Amino acid sequence: MADKILKELTLKIWRQKDAKSKGGFETYKIHNVSTGSSFLEMLDILNEQLVSENKEPVAFDHDCREGICGTCSLFIDGRAHGPDDDVTTCQLHMRRFEDGATITIEPWRCGAFPVIKDLIVDRGAYEKILQAGGYVSVNTGGVPDGNAIPIPKDKADEAMDAAACIGCGACAATCKNSSAMLFVAAKVSQLALLPQGKVEAARRAKAMVAKMDELGFGNCTNTGACESECPKSISIEHIARLNREFLKAKLKD
Amino acid sequence: MSNFLTSSIGKKFILSLSGLFLIAFLCVHLALNLLLIFDNSGDLFNIGAHFMATNPIIKIVEPILAIGFILHIVLASILTIQNQKARPIKYARRNQGGNCEWSSRNMYILGAVVLIFLAVHLYNFWWNIKFPTLGTPLAETTVDGVAMEDTYLLVSSLFKTSVVYCLLYILGGIFLGLHLTHGFWSAFQSIGFCNQIWRKRLECLAKIFAFIIAVGFCIIPLYFMLGFAGN
Repeated sequence: MADKILKELTLKIWRQKDAKSKGGFETYKIHNVSTGSSFLEMLDILNEQLVSENKEPVAFDHDCREGICGTCSLFIDGRAHGPDDDVTTCQLHMRRFEDGATITIEPWRCGAFPVIKDLIVDRGAYEKILQAGGYVSVNTGGVPDGNAIPIPKDKADEAMDAAACIGCGACAATCKNSSAMLFVAAKVSQLALLPQGKVEAARRAKAMVAKMDELGFGNCTNTGACESECPKSISIEHIARLNREFLKAKLKD
Repeated sequence: MSNFLTSSIGKKFILSLSGLFLIAFLCVHLALNLLLIFDNSGDLFNIGAHFMATNPIIKIVEPILAIGFILHIVLASILTIQNQKARPIKYARRNQGGNCEWSSRNMYILGAVVLIFLAVHLYNFWWNIKFPTLGTPLAETTVDGVAMEDTYLLVSSLFKTSVVYCLLYILGGIFLGLHLTHGFWSAFQSIGFCNQIWRKRLECLAKIFAFIIAVGFCIIPLYFMLGFAGN
């Protein structure tokens, strides 16, 4: 099927000079956008237009553009990563929009993710949570045999589902409480399910939850909005596991 | 157990346990209240109410129940304030309709409405039963040779005379039901008792439970309002 052309789109985009400046919405018109172009390509076209008009292009995060790096973000028309389910913004295409539409584009809004410029936020808070315990300590020495530790298939599958998290921040961005529980739960689950990670499970759960609270993320109220918006469809069953791991660890103290 | 109560999961754990305790209380409360519509003479309900008022176990549980309510309200308020602070700049456009249930997003508001209803409800009945000297003194009645307060008269006269109160109690029941559609399963999720299989079961059970509680509590004022208990 041939791609159609969207004759005109109105873009309402959040512009903010730097972290300290007060931002605001700017409205731009963009013409003749192919429905086959991706959302980020549409923004590239807008930026070329802005550059040709001697205006500052819109700053937005992007890297792999194939949905695996977790760099792109954007709150599009009131939803994290736009109107499609299970995709990142870079996988969203313009065929999802009608000709003449007005599209509102905002950065992630979350106290722990401050805006750096325009649509770019600092997601360093997630790195800090990982640094607090989202790893397995490995002793140096010879490389162990791959199959030395038997792992049941179902556990390996569950751990793999949790490990699909790309840390994009859509969970905290979409949560009405700005809670990072789905991210922390995915990281805790991924390791707690495997024998290599179990050894440090208690310390990890406590340290990561403490860091998450310290950074000012909100408290999870189990609405399930995060799993709906997660581009990797990570289930909130992992949040139940995080709660279990945390409570178990605290009871042992 | 250091910092347990200051941690987000710790606070939610206590919130969930107090919620589950209040759910248990609701079951007992509804079971007793339903006696109102099974005997128009009021004897059945009066015996039930008298049993509860004089039972030593209930006397012990009563202050615990009050603590449960206070914990539930205080923790929910602390968590809600923290959650509000976690997003200093709000979104200009928000479309949450498709990604979660309305009741799950508005638990604090639903809870607040139930609390207002609870205040009216306590003023109507509990106050008069507990402090007959301060409120309206209760009439006495005798069932099977035992003298007791005529609680049935207190309840039935309110519902028979005031349509406004009847509607208020029906609304209270509906809002309580909405609060429970999310609260019931969410409590289990917060204490870690949930997985892929149990989530479906708990969510289904939550809807059934909330429906029973809402219908159960609504049916009583309706019964009196529609004149099934006579005038």
